[in-house]
Amino acid sequence: MSDELNINKKRNNQIKTKSSTASGRGETDIDYVRPSEIPEQDLYHGHSFITKWIFCQDAKVIGVQYTLTAVFTGVVGLILSWMMRMQLGFPELFPFLTAETYYQMVTMHGMIMVVYLLTALFLGGFGNYLIPLMVGARDMVFPYVNMISFWMFFVAVVVLMASFFVPGGPTGSGWTLYPPQAILEGTPGSGYGILLMLISLSLFVIGFTMGGLNYVITILQARTRGMSLMRMPLTIWGIFTATVLALLAFPALLVSSIMMTLDKVLETSFFMPTIIKAGEALSYDGGSPILFQHLFWFFGHPEVYIVALPAFGIVSDLISVHSRKNIFGYRMMVWAIVGIGALSFFVWAHHMYVSGMSPWFGFFFATTTLIIAVPTALKVYNWILTLWRGNIRINTVMLFCLGFIVTFVNGGITGIFLGNVAVDVPLSDTYFVIAHFHMVMGIAPLMVIFGAIYHWFPLVTGRLMDEKLGKWHFWVTFLGAYSIYFPMHYLGFIGVPRRYFEMYDSPYMTSAIGMNEFISVAAFIVGAAQFIFFYNLVKSLRLGKPAGKNPWKANSLEWLTPDVPPTHGNWGEKLPVVHRWAYDYGVPGAKEDYIPQTTAPSEVKDAEVEKT
Amino acid sequence: MFTGLVFLAVIIGSIVFHVWTPWWWTDIASNWSAMDDTIILSFWIGGGVFILVCLFMVYCIFRYQYKEGRRSEYKPEDKKLEKGLTWLTTIGVVALLAPGLVVWNNYIRVPDNAIQVEVMAWQWGWKYRLPGQDGKLGASNNRIISDNNPYGLNIDDPNGKDDVFVESNELHLLKDRPVKILLRSIDVLHNFYVPQFRSKMDAVPGTITYYWFEPNKNGEYEVLCAEYCGVAHYAMRGKVVVEDEGSYKKWLSEQDTFSSFMAKNRNNKLNKEKLVKINNLSSNENSVLRKQNVR
Repeated sequence: MSDELNINKKRNNQIKTKSSTASGRGETDIDYVRPSEIPEQDLYHGHSFITKWIFCQDAKVIGVQYTLTAVFTGVVGLILSWMMRMQLGFPELFPFLTAETYYQMVTMHGMIMVVYLLTALFLGGFGNYLIPLMVGARDMVFPYVNMISFWMFFVAVVVLMASFFVPGGPTGSGWTLYPPQAILEGTPGSGYGILLMLISLSLFVIGFTMGGLNYVITILQARTRGMSLMRMPLTIWGIFTATVLALLAFPALLVSSIMMTLDKVLETSFFMPTIIKAGEALSYDGGSPILFQHLFWFFGHPEVYIVALPAFGIVSDLISVHSRKNIFGYRMMVWAIVGIGALSFFVWAHHMYVSGMSPWFGFFFATTTLIIAVPTALKVYNWILTLWRGNIRINTVMLFCLGFIVTFVNGGITGIFLGNVAVDVPLSDTYFVIAHFHMVMGIAPLMVIFGAIYHWFPLVTGRLMDEKLGKWHFWVTFLGAYSIYFPMHYLGFIGVPRRYFEMYDSPYMTSAIGMNEFISVAAFIVGAAQFIFFYNLVKSLRLGKPAGKNPWKANSLEWLTPDVPPTHGNWGEKLPVVHRWAYDYGVPGAKEDYIPQTTAPSEVKDAEVEKT
Repeated sequence: MFTGLVFLAVIIGSIVFHVWTPWWWTDIASNWSAMDDTIILSFWIGGGVFILVCLFMVYCIFRYQYKEGRRSEYKPEDKKLEKGLTWLTTIGVVALLAPGLVVWNNYIRVPDNAIQVEVMAWQWGWKYRLPGQDGKLGASNNRIISDNNPYGLNIDDPNGKDDVFVESNELHLLKDRPVKILLRSIDVLHNFYVPQFRSKMDAVPGTITYYWFEPNKNGEYEVLCAEYCGVAHYAMRGKVVVEDEGSYKKWLSEQDTFSSFMAKNRNNKLNKEKLVKINNLSSNENSVLRKQNVR
């Protein structure tokens, strides 16, 4: 309390932008930070094993729970992709791979990877772990709701996995679940499978909403003293904007899931027109299949950025820390994240150029889509300009960042092909699309996830991961994944359509056979390389080199906790006070090449800081 | 050093692959070479950006590798550089978008002399309907489809009487004559796609969609369904034959018309089947089709 009074006395003093100019004068207090106006949050500390590790309210534990569950679904998705590649590369080798099972695997692989792995991992995993630490809060603002959020997600995963075991198997309608086929016979799993999928998605949305409100409100309300919005690490900006997008976009998915469930169970006709099956008209009449597509992509396109924006934010921080240089153009990076997020709600129908919607929409959505390319390109420039004149550590984390830049730029540019309406006509629904979105929202975000895990593993466990295994993991994953998806674009040029169980011997497709075999072999190797990573995780957890405090010499708050790994409540007795942005690396005049966010200006008097 | 070299090899490898690839698009057989041109343009601009960005990255890896004790440059912002890059990118984007929109504008405006062809998709196959002498297709409705009326035509619509039924998955088209493909589906989404024609569009049950192209090379082409439509999606193939007027006319004359089909049917079935209710046609499908016929 006395500390606070002291600070109150100095309330009239002002912070100068340039600490160096202010430092010489005695009459102003350059270390002044406005005192907090509300009391600190009370936390419930778990006492038993169950309240500490299972039904736990600590955001850090919840983050790890989200991560482990998401990674588990990811492994399922990986195994499914192996089986798909077996069929595509070596058809008829495995008699259990029928068209039904193939389409079920395609569907489950897509949905698991996009929603249950990437979304849950970035927002539920990294969001929970990093938000309170990086903004200097003791926990999320609603820890109990946060706990329920994870368990809703867990139930959603259980329901999803249960669909593998119901009569008819999981849905095989493609991850886009387009009606009418999704709920009609003729599509595998059109009975219980699709119902469980729709229920699981609804549970996911409900669970996510609870977590998402927590992330947004914690970032807006619970930042520590001195942590202004424009001092937040870009990781937090990325997760914050993505969460806002998710809170606005997921309701569209929930609504369409509920309507489709009604179409299936009560035979309403939201999405179902007159349909003739086996010569007889079904009871449906007057619904619109295209309406579903609009709802789905109104969710589905922001979903792309729900995955991409946290990746953008995290990779910015990783690049800055490991090239020992401030992120270039911080303010532009923030506005680019916010701008991309806003624009992402005006581009959804670029997934529908050939869907039969009014062709006049094409002009509008092509224009908005290509406008988004501008802020996205600026982010890429700023990443490479951050490397420029830096002092780059080539470690596993940095390698994954570099891999991200290459795959993201590649996939971003093919996105311009597909967004440009007339170019999309020949390429849509071909392997070009598959190659594009795997490169840009599969491999690129995964590169960031791996980089982030190698980066923050020492914080979570107190031990470093093995660098040698890490580098092997990177090179096999990056080179392998690139040789899967780069040539795959060219299959699309030939005209090979996606979602084909078998090509037969179409004359222009026979040339694709060799490439399909090559891609499959590469996919097996890349998948197997992930077990190097899992081995590294387990090994380092027990035998890794002790990391100590702040092993990367980073500036942001999560590395500045009194305990490593941080304990419940994060900050011990006193919350940290923030004096600067998170990117003061290589400041001229400073003793070290980094100045942590909590360092008061008076401690680094000679540093010529340009931005606070 | 090693890292920089491998990334450099990836970039060079990508360029070499692109230049020497044996996998490239099929020979075009329609008027849409403008689509190919836009793709090539996108390759030049987009590929250029990709190469420049990656080369710059590789340069940084070589030039600024970690050295103990060295400080990186401290320069949080550079307004001039950021502004310059914004403008450069905007110009690049406009250069890509403008031709794309022009081609799209052509794609959605069907020439007046286009022959209408109805493509009717079902799980899992294709059939077709062409207008007779009058050049107009009769109004249709999925709800009245039956064995006697496989296309669900309105019997009272005089335009439909001479419509040509092609009840097979093989469609013949006249060379150098634009066709307007009118897409119908009786069950789920489908997409009528011939890679050599470059163009495609979904068939959506409950509505009629369209696109057009002008086949300009004689030959046989495989039709692929390009919108996932259930378990036999991959097997939903058809055939298009592009040919000159002589053989086209001969093929056309071998097909049934609606009237001849009905006459045949009547004789064969001895009026066993109930008459189909054809008078309560209220769906928009009819009005949509009528409007298109007027055009």
